[in-house]
Amino acid sequence: MSGFTLQGILANVYETGAFWLLSLVALGAALAVVGLKNIVHSAFSLVLSFVAMAGLFMLLEADFLAMVQLLVYAGAISILLVFAIMLTRRPEGKMQESNPFGRYALPAGLVAFFLFLAIAALVLRVSWVSGPGVPAASTVGPLAEAFLTTYVVPLEVAAILLLVALVGAIMLAGGGKR
Amino acid sequence: MASVETVFLSGDQWLKNWLFSWGMPESWVFLCTVVVYAVAVLLFVFANVIFLVYLERKVAGYMQQRLGPNRVGPGGIFQCVADALKLLGKEDIIPASADRGLFRLASLLIFIPATMLFVVIPFGREMIVADLNVGLLYFIAVGSTATIAVLMGGWSANNKYSLLGSMRAVAQMISYEIPLAFSLLGVIMLAGSLRMSEIVAAQKDLWFVVLQPVAFITYFIAATAELNRGPFDLPEGEQEIIAGPFVEYSGMRYALFFLAEYANLVSVSALAVTLFFGGWQGPWLPSWLWFVIKVYFMIFLFMWVKWTFPRIRVDHLMGLAWKFLLPVSLVNVFVTGTAIKLFQAMGW
Repeated sequence: MSGFTLQGILANVYETGAFWLLSLVALGAALAVVGLKNIVHSAFSLVLSFVAMAGLFMLLEADFLAMVQLLVYAGAISILLVFAIMLTRRPEGKMQESNPFGRYALPAGLVAFFLFLAIAALVLRVSWVSGPGVPAASTVGPLAEAFLTTYVVPLEVAAILLLVALVGAIMLAGGGKR
Repeated sequence: MASVETVFLSGDQWLKNWLFSWGMPESWVFLCTVVVYAVAVLLFVFANVIFLVYLERKVAGYMQQRLGPNRVGPGGIFQCVADALKLLGKEDIIPASADRGLFRLASLLIFIPATMLFVVIPFGREMIVADLNVGLLYFIAVGSTATIAVLMGGWSANNKYSLLGSMRAVAQMISYEIPLAFSLLGVIMLAGSLRMSEIVAAQKDLWFVVLQPVAFITYFIAATAELNRGPFDLPEGEQEIIAGPFVEYSGMRYALFFLAEYANLVSVSALAVTLFFGGWQGPWLPSWLWFVIKVYFMIFLFMWVKWTFPRIRVDHLMGLAWKFLLPVSLVNVFVTGTAIKLFQAMGW
């Protein structure tokens, strides 16, 4: 990008190195999520995968997105996941005993195969365009403006969806007593 | 006075010039300065933590009408050094039934977010490691990942007290993160930026604690809970769950949890100073000295609260976060927004 000066090449080396490192961590951790025998270990490697994703966003100069990824996924959702696993886990903690669907290797393989095909087809069909090359100076202000003007209806719909989920959760949690 | 003000900045400039004089390319110099900044931040954290442990014991002592540490060195000032040496020399015990890998990892992991937070703290005029565009959000986001290490440590020890403690810690930290983040919204709206240097600059004439007293009090309460400090120290609750997530840790691994706790105390106080007390700004004294003075005032407030109030019950804890702090911070956002629009309409 920045020509063939030594500094430009070095900057590229850093960037490319960071990209490969983060991608490897993200993919390796994602593989570990499905491969590990202990479900709590899987949950923690999911967190690692989320953090690496945040790093990739950062590399793309999408700093706001990176922070939200870290805050929402690594900080909150994964914690809830780990929480749920730890509270419902059987004392032995063996994946085979706690997961009755683990035996259906063939159906799972078929579903995974077709899902892979669908994603691969999408990836191949989209014509990938590269951006303008100059990152936005601020990602926060324009994003907020877009949310509250152009995309205000989808935003509100998402908010209502979350509210309904919240009310439903409260009903489920407190319903037994009444 | 000007030279005292810029002593760190000129040191930085001198280092860069020295590296350039060796004929280093710019990117290498950049890499070297990054390492130097990291070491400087770590030194700052460690020096403060060691002093804070001493300060906490002294403050607790005076609040309870006793002397506190007073044997090792003048006024007991070397007590912490002795304690640190003792912890370094202790055996690193890992319980037989523990998940060894995670148990080891958690004690190291707890320290990463604690030190990463200092990257966006403006220590003085132009003294900030990375003045990110989303600085404040970075602080909240990185701070929120600290729960993972607590959970990991509590679970991997395979001890019911540590599991209970980490459950409590995580429930508390997740609940109080929300009012914490919401209380900061008022400040963000007034400053119109998430960048730390701009938030400090916006308080040139008037500290935000004057304009946002409700936000400050909400922040203070939520931050106390985030730090797991008294009166919100249920996760550690010595009398019920014998120190919670850290029960099984010994020696240096225990010390790491301890260090992270005090490092978080410093960073949370530093954030409070940056957002509500004008950051490093102040008359006569150099900016970094003002910053340290204000941070220590905040730390003293946290200690004062810890040694004054009794521990609250767990249902009260959750009720306070969800039924009181959250609505109050929402109302604060609403009032702040209305006031800003009103003043704009009046042509201020």
